[in-house]
Amino acid sequence: MVQGTDRARYTVLPLLSLTGILVLWEICGRMGFLNPLFFPVPSRIIASGISMLLDGEMQENLSVTLFRVFAGFLLGTIPGILLGLFMGASERTRLLLDPVVAALYPIPKLAIFPLLMIIFGIGETSRIAAVAIGCFFLVLINSMAGVRNISRVYFEVAENYGASQWQLLTRIILPASLPLIFTGIRLALGTSLIVVVGVEFVSANYGIGAMIWNSWETFEIEKLYVGIFLCALLGLLFTVVLKKAEERITPWFGHQVFPDQE
Amino acid sequence: MKLECRNICKLYGEGTTASRALDTISFETGEGEFLSVIGPSGCGKSTLLKIIAGLLPPTEGTVTYTGDNPGTPLNSMVFQEHGVFPWMNVIDNVAFGLEMRHVPRKERYAQSMEFLKKVGLASYATRNPHELSVGMRQRIAIARAFVNNPAILLMDEPFGSLDAQTRLILQDELLNIWSEHRKTVIFVTHDIDEAILLGDRVMVMSGSPGKIQEIIDIDFQRPRDLRIESTREFIDIRIRIWNILRAEVGRSIGGDNHGAGN
Repeated sequence: MVQGTDRARYTVLPLLSLTGILVLWEICGRMGFLNPLFFPVPSRIIASGISMLLDGEMQENLSVTLFRVFAGFLLGTIPGILLGLFMGASERTRLLLDPVVAALYPIPKLAIFPLLMIIFGIGETSRIAAVAIGCFFLVLINSMAGVRNISRVYFEVAENYGASQWQLLTRIILPASLPLIFTGIRLALGTSLIVVVGVEFVSANYGIGAMIWNSWETFEIEKLYVGIFLCALLGLLFTVVLKKAEERITPWFGHQVFPDQE
Repeated sequence: MKLECRNICKLYGEGTTASRALDTISFETGEGEFLSVIGPSGCGKSTLLKIIAGLLPPTEGTVTYTGDNPGTPLNSMVFQEHGVFPWMNVIDNVAFGLEMRHVPRKERYAQSMEFLKKVGLASYATRNPHELSVGMRQRIAIARAFVNNPAILLMDEPFGSLDAQTRLILQDELLNIWSEHRKTVIFVTHDIDEAILLGDRVMVMSGSPGKIQEIIDIDFQRPRDLRIESTREFIDIRIRIWNILRAEVGRSIGGDNHGAGN
């Protein structure tokens, strides 16, 4: 049970470090320790962000980026989970496909972006495909590990109590591998931010990446920081939302999900 | 329902490096009999139970179930520990076997509730197993096996990881439920007192390879409780079993002063 003081501790302390850094930054800037050409103070960055919010520039870029992230995330994650579960459960499939996955996974997803532009043309499709591929392998590898880490005793119980293949999948394999599937999803969301910004640097007119790149070219340093702040905020938001979802969906995690096998 | 095992052998590995886990195990159970199986660790008693359950194939020999089987499962197993699914709440765990046989939800919950009451967990029906103690979790496993209404119950050291007091209480509860339903039970344990207290007969095994040394009739009247443990008769049986086991245990822990050869 979370006590009042506990709740305060869990929400106040993390916020304290963040605001502390911003306040320190502001003070150092105002006292002239930081060159405003490179390190404008947070208050000016926030002011710049607000004016971008008011003229709609921020929403425009943010919505484009979010669309790419979520479209790519869904397109990559869903097949990644399915294939990962399948490879985890079927040794034959795993032996067949594991080398392919092992060879493709370490390629930086930005490295294949030019290829994607050749295949899909310069447009939304190639950008979303890059994000999707980035998510796909992370989720696949973690889902597969999730299945392979399931304690053997759960399979024995299922077999002893007469589970069919379908029941085995839906009642044992899927829920038991959820904690690692979540790990994959968390990594995939982080990666999708990296990939989308990289892709927008080189091939987009709108989006947070494009906004950062344009600010560098026109040397609007505060705008550039707004872009970085937005990335940080998005990352933070993803983490918090996922953590909440995880606590709801897999409340048992950390309580002998993967007990030591004898 | 009766069970007959004929000349069961189990080898692990192949050729000259194969190790023999079980050697010509033959026995049968009576109708509604409670058979305790005791032996040093590594004597193959869990392997024997898995062969009886159909989870492992024997290298040689046969397991035969004889008697009327009115459409209920042949056997249900209570596993050592960790056999309770952390992603299902208490009542879904208990109802697992019924769910696998497509018993409608309302009916399987009603039946499960009945057994949850018997093990004193009725008010925990919608809780998650990780919120419960180890003893409570083993009660779930026992209720799950009983509600499945198998012809024969197989129990693999179900109380092995419990503290002494909890163990006494669960032994008592088990005897109560058993006397009500009179199923044939094969109960594997490494605790001599537990084997005598619960069993109609005690099958004493020795290790490497696993063999039956002796099957001892236990003639105490039922209902039994802890009080029989202080009788002369009980102590005699206990010494008799210990004399068989001592040589075995000495051999498996090494040293010169315990073995039968001295």
